[in-house]
Amino acid sequence: MTPEELEQIAETERAAQSQFQQRVHVCVAAGCMSCHSQSVKDALDQEVGRRGTKESCRVKGVGCMGLCSEGPLVSTSTGVLYKQVAAGDAAEILDSLEGPAVARLVCRTDVPFFQRQQKIVLENSGVIDPDRIEDYIAAEGYTALIKALTEMAPREVVEQVTKSGLRGRGGAGYPTGLKWSTVAKSVGTQKYVICNADEGDPGAFMDRSVLESDPHRVLEGMLIAAYAVGASEGYIYVRAEYPLAIKRLRNAIRQAERAGLLGANICGTRFSLRLDVRLGAGAFVCGEETALIASVEGKRGTPRPRPPYPAMEGLFGQPTLINNVETYANIAPIIRKGGEWYAQIGTEKSKGTKVFALAGSVQNTGLVEVPMGISLREMVFEIGGGIPEGRKFKAVQTGGPSGGCLPESCLDMPVDYESLARAGSIMGSGGMIVMDQTSCMVDVAKYFMDFCMTESCGKCIPCRVGTYQMHRILTAISTMSATKQDMSMLEELCDLLKHTSLCGLGQSAPNPVVSTLRSFGEEYRAHIDDHKCPAGVCGQQENGEQG
Amino acid sequence: MSLTAAVKTLRIDGRDLSGRQEETILDVARQHGIFIPRLCEMEGLSDVGACRLCLVEVKGQNRLLPACVTAVEEGMEVTTNSDRLQKYRRMILELLFTERNHVCAVCVSNGHCEMQMLAQGLDITHVHFPYRYPKVEVDASHDRFVIDHNRCILCTRCVRVCDEIEGAHTWDVLGRGIDAKVITDLNEPWGLSETCTSCGKCVHVCPTGALFEKGRSVAEMLKRRQFLPYLTLMREENE
Repeated sequence: MTPEELEQIAETERAAQSQFQQRVHVCVAAGCMSCHSQSVKDALDQEVGRRGTKESCRVKGVGCMGLCSEGPLVSTSTGVLYKQVAAGDAAEILDSLEGPAVARLVCRTDVPFFQRQQKIVLENSGVIDPDRIEDYIAAEGYTALIKALTEMAPREVVEQVTKSGLRGRGGAGYPTGLKWSTVAKSVGTQKYVICNADEGDPGAFMDRSVLESDPHRVLEGMLIAAYAVGASEGYIYVRAEYPLAIKRLRNAIRQAERAGLLGANICGTRFSLRLDVRLGAGAFVCGEETALIASVEGKRGTPRPRPPYPAMEGLFGQPTLINNVETYANIAPIIRKGGEWYAQIGTEKSKGTKVFALAGSVQNTGLVEVPMGISLREMVFEIGGGIPEGRKFKAVQTGGPSGGCLPESCLDMPVDYESLARAGSIMGSGGMIVMDQTSCMVDVAKYFMDFCMTESCGKCIPCRVGTYQMHRILTAISTMSATKQDMSMLEELCDLLKHTSLCGLGQSAPNPVVSTLRSFGEEYRAHIDDHKCPAGVCGQQENGEQG
Repeated sequence: MSLTAAVKTLRIDGRDLSGRQEETILDVARQHGIFIPRLCEMEGLSDVGACRLCLVEVKGQNRLLPACVTAVEEGMEVTTNSDRLQKYRRMILELLFTERNHVCAVCVSNGHCEMQMLAQGLDITHVHFPYRYPKVEVDASHDRFVIDHNRCILCTRCVRVCDEIEGAHTWDVLGRGIDAKVITDLNEPWGLSETCTSCGKCVHVCPTGALFEKGRSVAEMLKRRQFLPYLTLMREENE
């Protein structure tokens, strides 16, 4: 494929699309699919067929539109977004294309949830059909790859990524440009690129949504990365719990191969890349890069001590670039528009935008992409629309089981890597769970510890036995049977796990406990001294278990 | 070993020492009689850095580093024993004692157990975490050997020696977290294993009384570990 051929495909597709005066987009990502958006799409298709308007009206399945809690979502070419659409609404929606909107289904888009977002990673989500490469190409898809291959040296690609200030979106925030240049400079007979799509944090679904809505974007990012570091083979490690994402990804790989954008001698250059999908078997620890690599190699998915880092000795002992889905999804626009453009967005040390999965006790739950540096208060009360039913905000949990709970006093803090770390939490992969007065922080800490305990691989002793002991103490606290001695033991274990565990899972497993102890210590004391759960959660649970 | 091996000088516990660049802190410490506790590491086997007992402090590093897998570097200043390290080591050992059912008084390895010796060395007189008392199996189906999971600490020495030295890969680990356990073949009784060569290497590298020879009574299971470094050295020379 040459740049001219790509432009040809884009123009043909744009021309084909402009033939339709009327367009109806139905979300077919997992969120809306789970509330039957497929039947809505089928009904719309049928209705269009019945009316014989197939030539002028196009019904298209698109990726995630963000406001998952109001699904199934349908948007139209008249600029209206409809929420909670049912199959029976098809006729009314089609009528509305030439008349007034269907008032009872209209979802307002002039609210902060939509207005405050800035979409880079998700720019195509909800717009293009994830199953058609032509649609992606019409939206400037693969132009960044062609630009990199035909106009830039690998070194220049790395330079742009470094300039952009992009940092790893998997959670740790390691500078992407630095990682790329390390792999580029490493010596090996074969280099690899890996995409980490083993998203496992409870309540997080950013990567799933990107893969379901815009799979080609991730492939393009990986292609550019492989070109920059000199890799010719790559793997996408997806958890098997994401069947739709896997299906679309495999389809995208097939289409890209057929178009000559993936495989041998891409675009007539010497650059080749073979990509394969590998499925995770449900172990959370396989999101840790060395465990993930072991799993791809066909071994038991357990982490190993670093150094050597994968950039030097990774997959099969060769230099390996391993980035998260969202990191790769940021690459194409950076190459297209330049690193400087990207570096204008965000804060001094955290550049660009971040996708968050907003969940828990907020009005609007779903997927949002916001510029770095936005305050937590804006996230929860403006974008999230505040706490439902007049309840009171208590905490926001970021970073999943490795993160922490931030109290009200942290609400005006900007959301960036450093600020979150200073407050005792982490950016993490982008899960954000809002909690109100009805949540007990001991119960929350226990939940996450239970998660870490079950997901510990069992290789190192502090994590394997430590998480068990911590979970035991937290269970004792929540059943009002803990003593002061248990508390000091809990604090000792937090310290031990943080400093002696082998990998990130164990090292960060105490975070939910440490952060709740710090900000909500009085709740722990109420359980232990007064045998009371201030939120009224633990008492009920105890009765429930006994009953 | 290349002919141009670079030599690094470093300081361990205030002593000026030197090591080849591919050597680890533990290698150099061992050569000079500096004892660093460990349970998963064993000379002659690959290192996994799993027991976390060999963590040491390195000046200028804000995290603790496992001595068994950390290569020596020029000018490194290593502390192998501090109050903080002692505390962590004690806690890790205590956690191990609570994990399964370690009853020294009735153990075949009483008096010859590496875990017991480390605990004694660290003056552990009691365990302040509550015990789990899990119900785990004993597999005595093999003609000559027994695996008592009550005493297993998941150091995976048996797994590594069987795979790397004997080449049989009879042992592996099943499950994860607190439920992990070592298994023979595809979790079949050891006696029915088709891959086991009954060489007994796993028994002799086992640091506790988890693997032992049949017919041994309390404190009678003496393990011979010296064969391993010798075996690997002879193999290297023959290559």
